[in-house]
Amino acid sequence: MRFSRISKALGVAAVVAMGITACSGGGTGSSSTGAGSGNTSKVINAYGGEPQNPLLPANTNEVYGGRVMDMIYSGLVSYDASGKTVNELADSIKTTDSQTYTIKLKTGEKFSDGSPVTAKNFVDAWNFGALSTNAQLNSYFFESIEGYDAVSAMAPDKKTAAPTAQTMSGLKVVDDSTFTVKLTQPESDFPLRLGYTAFYPLTEAAIADPKASGEKPVSTGPYMLKTWTHNSSLELVPNPNYTGPRKPKNAGITFKVYTTADAAYSDLQSNNLDVLDGIPAASLKSFQQDLGDRSIIKPYAGNATLTIPSYLPAFQGEAGKLRRQAISKSIDRQLIIDKIFNKTKQIAKDFTAPVIEGYSDSIPGADVLKFDATAAKKLWDQANAITPWDDSTFTIAYNVDGAGNKEYVDAATNEIKNALGIKAEGKPYATFKELRNDVNKKQLTGASRAGWQADYPSLYNFLGPLYGTGAGSNDGSYSNPAFDAKLKEGLSAKSTDEGNKIFNQAQEILFKDLPVIPLWYQEQTGGWSTNVTGVDFGWNGVPLYQNITGK
Amino acid sequence: MLRFILRRVLQVIPVFVGSTLLVYFLVFSMAGNPIDALSGGKPISPAVVAQLTAQYHLDQPFIVQYGIFIKNLFTFNLGTSFSGRPIAAIIGQAFPVTARLAIMALAIEAIFGVTAGVIAGLRKGKLFDGTVLLASLVVIAIPTFVLGFLLQFVVGVKLGWAKPTVSSGADWGDLILPAVVLGLVSFAYVLRLTRTSILENMNADYVRTATAKGLSRPRVIMVHILRNSLIPVVTFLGADLGGLMGGAIVTEGIFNVPGVGNTLYRAVLSGEGPMVVSIVSILVLVFVLANLLVDLLYAWLDPRIRYA
Repeated sequence: MRFSRISKALGVAAVVAMGITACSGGGTGSSSTGAGSGNTSKVINAYGGEPQNPLLPANTNEVYGGRVMDMIYSGLVSYDASGKTVNELADSIKTTDSQTYTIKLKTGEKFSDGSPVTAKNFVDAWNFGALSTNAQLNSYFFESIEGYDAVSAMAPDKKTAAPTAQTMSGLKVVDDSTFTVKLTQPESDFPLRLGYTAFYPLTEAAIADPKASGEKPVSTGPYMLKTWTHNSSLELVPNPNYTGPRKPKNAGITFKVYTTADAAYSDLQSNNLDVLDGIPAASLKSFQQDLGDRSIIKPYAGNATLTIPSYLPAFQGEAGKLRRQAISKSIDRQLIIDKIFNKTKQIAKDFTAPVIEGYSDSIPGADVLKFDATAAKKLWDQANAITPWDDSTFTIAYNVDGAGNKEYVDAATNEIKNALGIKAEGKPYATFKELRNDVNKKQLTGASRAGWQADYPSLYNFLGPLYGTGAGSNDGSYSNPAFDAKLKEGLSAKSTDEGNKIFNQAQEILFKDLPVIPLWYQEQTGGWSTNVTGVDFGWNGVPLYQNITGK
Repeated sequence: MLRFILRRVLQVIPVFVGSTLLVYFLVFSMAGNPIDALSGGKPISPAVVAQLTAQYHLDQPFIVQYGIFIKNLFTFNLGTSFSGRPIAAIIGQAFPVTARLAIMALAIEAIFGVTAGVIAGLRKGKLFDGTVLLASLVVIAIPTFVLGFLLQFVVGVKLGWAKPTVSSGADWGDLILPAVVLGLVSFAYVLRLTRTSILENMNADYVRTATAKGLSRPRVIMVHILRNSLIPVVTFLGADLGGLMGGAIVTEGIFNVPGVGNTLYRAVLSGEGPMVVSIVSILVLVFVLANLLVDLLYAWLDPRIRYA
């Protein structure tokens, strides 16, 4: 679960680049998947950034560390290009009630140092990640497991971490290749999460000395980390002990650390870089012309929305609902996509993203997202009949350090101003951090731009953490018991498919309440050099590095 | 002489305390919680927040945080960054790169700037003088980032004569292009300073005396005119070295140089007080030492200057 964070003015630390993603109204780019005939002895030079944290599974929560972790580790499952889960180290993941899972590992699997992968490696790694005194950023990923509350307990003063247990009671090793997981409640999408970074296994030595392991991990994935020259490059070579479905078709990946995508784009044009994901904003207009059939535009599991907090007095009750609908209908999304994003987004049709299994573009109520200025004005007048608008200025908060934010927020506020005849303007924050500070403290005085990129391909991941009552990322403090009940029903469904149907019913409730206003789906732009072939992007917009070959 | 050096070195102490206190305070007052940046807006368990806050002393008042930093400094422990790496190691990696870049840029501007300045000064009003003056004006007028992007695009991407960005080792060869960009603007200033200074000294009494004595023209130029004309140039170069060591954020960004500028910029964004102040402290030292060197060079260049 991650917010689209923005490429900073001069690059740096950019997590998901929102302003630098792209779509050409329906075209999904020109990728040549797995041609298989390429040169497998080529080392691929790929775009990367300095991982923000040491390379530990539960401490890697941003894309630059994430892309390295996903290549050097494999978990119980991994995701294929379309976001479907494929077994990696798991032989089977079984449950009868969606609450207790029995996980059997494949036999004979090894870490890159030759030691066997056992059930204990998973259980220990998860316990390590969850224990609050280890300060792992992804620890909340384990919150569904029974016993998480004990390992993340706070002292009575609510200021210091004081775990009452060192391990979670819900995890039990049965034998070398089997363990069981008990959740606090049924959650049908739990197996989908298991491909996420936080759930990778660790060796005993790594848990004993996490610092050393974070620098030089012993891992289970298609590649292993050979050298890490900080702030400059990470060199990955194929892991001879890997037997899973993501077998490398090249002789390694060297992630070059960039602080700006502009520099990377210059390198790509002169063949100093082989693969770039996230074309810089300045080159979005020209990259397809520059690169020709070496460019790609592909949707990934992310979206952009406007959050209108329910704690704002003007946006409560029936009048609030009508006002949100009016605002939604007064924004001409396609115009903004065409004019500001060079057609590199796709107009939103629900609260999730199109590359997720179970996605539907025709959920009842979705027409509230259609631009219609006259209808918008009518809705706004209806709201005023209930409680009059106090003639204050409607604001949309945004962070200036994200490329394109100012432009689209200004465009949206102008459209709202014109359609509804009210005062509207953008409210700039210098940095993402400052915006989040006000969002987290629930101190917004108007709407705020938001974005979401799924960490694992699941409809629930776009709904539960964002709109469930009291959920971790429910920035707008939305709460609707009917929606919560639907979520719960979906989670306790017997299968993911069945669950997805119920989650889409839950979205119907969201369309009525509009806790956030969906704007568009994100698309990833990218390109490759003349030296490589077989480039395609995965469900999360990250290149499938293992399939790239030399020419 | 020794007393002079000692006094200058002692001046470092108030400058050091003042600048670090100020910078630490500015970073401390930056809006937003560094942990928000660390979590990237994702949910984060309150227990983990508590643990990180305690670990980096973020809950302490400003003066306590600054005190911890100074205390650690005296035990040669700069602490660790949010990424878990020792700050000393991060700085130790960035400074040599920037030092290489700065030395090259300085060499380019000093060698080419002084040479062209001398020739222009000696041939005042001739074609070379006019051309060089005009060219330097153009260089001064163009912002560095425009020059950087242009050179990168033309030399790196279109012509392919050099790599558009610096490769992971940041060797001398890779740094030529950014060093040219960095050195070019100062080159123009050095040229103009040298030229003016030469023109002034050419009419000085001692030059006329030297010529009258029958000394050869090269000797008059090299020993009598040039040496005495270098004082303003050396002052400028000294200050410039400090600036270059501080890392050229824009140029380092364009050419992806893993140097001080980039590191500092990243640290400011993530609100890492100790890291920012550690780098700034070293920069203060570099500035002071560069200026000390300049002062000592004065005496060598102009024997009339003596230190008490």
